[in-house]
Amino acid sequence: MEASPISPAHSNEKLLAKLADRGVDVHACYQCGRCSAGCPITEFFDITTMEVVRLAAYGAEEQLLSSSAIWLCAACETCASRCPNDIDIAVLMDVLRELARRKGVVPAEKRVALFHRCFLQSIKHWGRAYEVGLIAGYKVRSGDLLGDMKLGMKMFARGRLKLTPHPIAGKAEIKKMFAGQGKEYER
Amino acid sequence: MKLSYYPGCSLRGTAHDYDGSVKAVCAELGIELVELADWNCCGASSAHMTEHELGVRLPLRNLLIAGELGLDVLVPCAACFQRLKAADKEVRKAPKFWDVAGYDPTFKIVHISTLLSSPDMIRRLHERATHSLSGLRIGCYYGCLSLRHPKITDAVHFEQPDSLETMMDAIGAEPVRWSHRTECCSGSLTMARPDIAARLVGDIVGAARRAGAEALVTDCPMCQANVESRQLELPEDEQLPVYYASELLYAALTGTYRAEQQRVHLVSATIDVQACREDGRIGREERP
Repeated sequence: MEASPISPAHSNEKLLAKLADRGVDVHACYQCGRCSAGCPITEFFDITTMEVVRLAAYGAEEQLLSSSAIWLCAACETCASRCPNDIDIAVLMDVLRELARRKGVVPAEKRVALFHRCFLQSIKHWGRAYEVGLIAGYKVRSGDLLGDMKLGMKMFARGRLKLTPHPIAGKAEIKKMFAGQGKEYER
Repeated sequence: MKLSYYPGCSLRGTAHDYDGSVKAVCAELGIELVELADWNCCGASSAHMTEHELGVRLPLRNLLIAGELGLDVLVPCAACFQRLKAADKEVRKAPKFWDVAGYDPTFKIVHISTLLSSPDMIRRLHERATHSLSGLRIGCYYGCLSLRHPKITDAVHFEQPDSLETMMDAIGAEPVRWSHRTECCSGSLTMARPDIAARLVGDIVGAARRAGAEALVTDCPMCQANVESRQLELPEDEQLPVYYASELLYAALTGTYRAEQQRVHLVSATIDVQACREDGRIGREERP
């Protein structure tokens, strides 16, 4: 999109380049609304999926990164699968979340972002997701100590929570990935 | 038939019974499984949603391990399947970008239902099943990640899949016709936003009940855990147990449904073992 009063080129170039690099053509959107119609979580979003796509084309980065929509998206990929213009909206959401994280934007849905972080911490530490450790870490850090207490007890009683982690032998390779392998090229 | 096996983290934790029934069914059907050595987490949703590099590199390590064996890789978890497929496609485009000298493996990444609903396996099921689940009206629930995005999963009928129905039909159960088969249950949000999960799960269970289903069956461990756990606030007579397809196949193949297997369900899920009668039928126990 050419620079214009609604699309200041200096603020969106990097975002648009990033999206182009990931194969997301936000300019192909004609706002049919099919993405929003199929989104199972749309009623909880602050901006709808079709708004996310159009705002991305404007390069309205601040508004996007501070939205709750990017964190409430469950990555079900219904929007992208149905888009008549083949815009990979699921990847768009991934790019926006990653950018928000890298830029240190306070997530509009703190607990969702925290859950993802705890999940990745668990992998970083063990090489595999260790559910009990992940749940405990999330509970302590979110302050949500009592939520799902009954469910947790029930799952434990049914033998569904394994108390010990299953660390892998190749943890060093995993640590390398978490240390930023590939990031030196700022992809 | 010999396949590599990637269980994934859920199958070593909350879904350990899924792991058990998948292995047992494969043994019954003459499929040999070789677990990938020292496999790691695929990163699930959290990695690709927040860090692209990890979202590719974590599953890639497993693909490279699989390449050493060269066998097709069987994946029972829908999320792992989708992440392994996504990484495979991404790395094929530019191996050097991902620090792999050459990447062009010939093995396939196979989701469990694709394997077990294949004509050959359905024929084996017909031959080897000793019991029938006739009369069990069941809602086949696929969720998202074995199907979407079709560019990743290569699913042909991603809006109207029928692999679960094909398997259920083969063991005599009655798949119902209903609407929410591929709707998301919001598993990735269930801890942080249980309210959203409860709403989506309530819609799914309600739709299945309206179609006359007495139970759901799935092939995704996240769906199984989330759909059972987020309907516990519903009145008991409105709850539906969520079976793994493999546990029902095992019951039909052997006529047994072990007490330990019943115990892991959060919603009462009792297939009537006593009803594995002489006539070879398996029914569901009446609720007290």
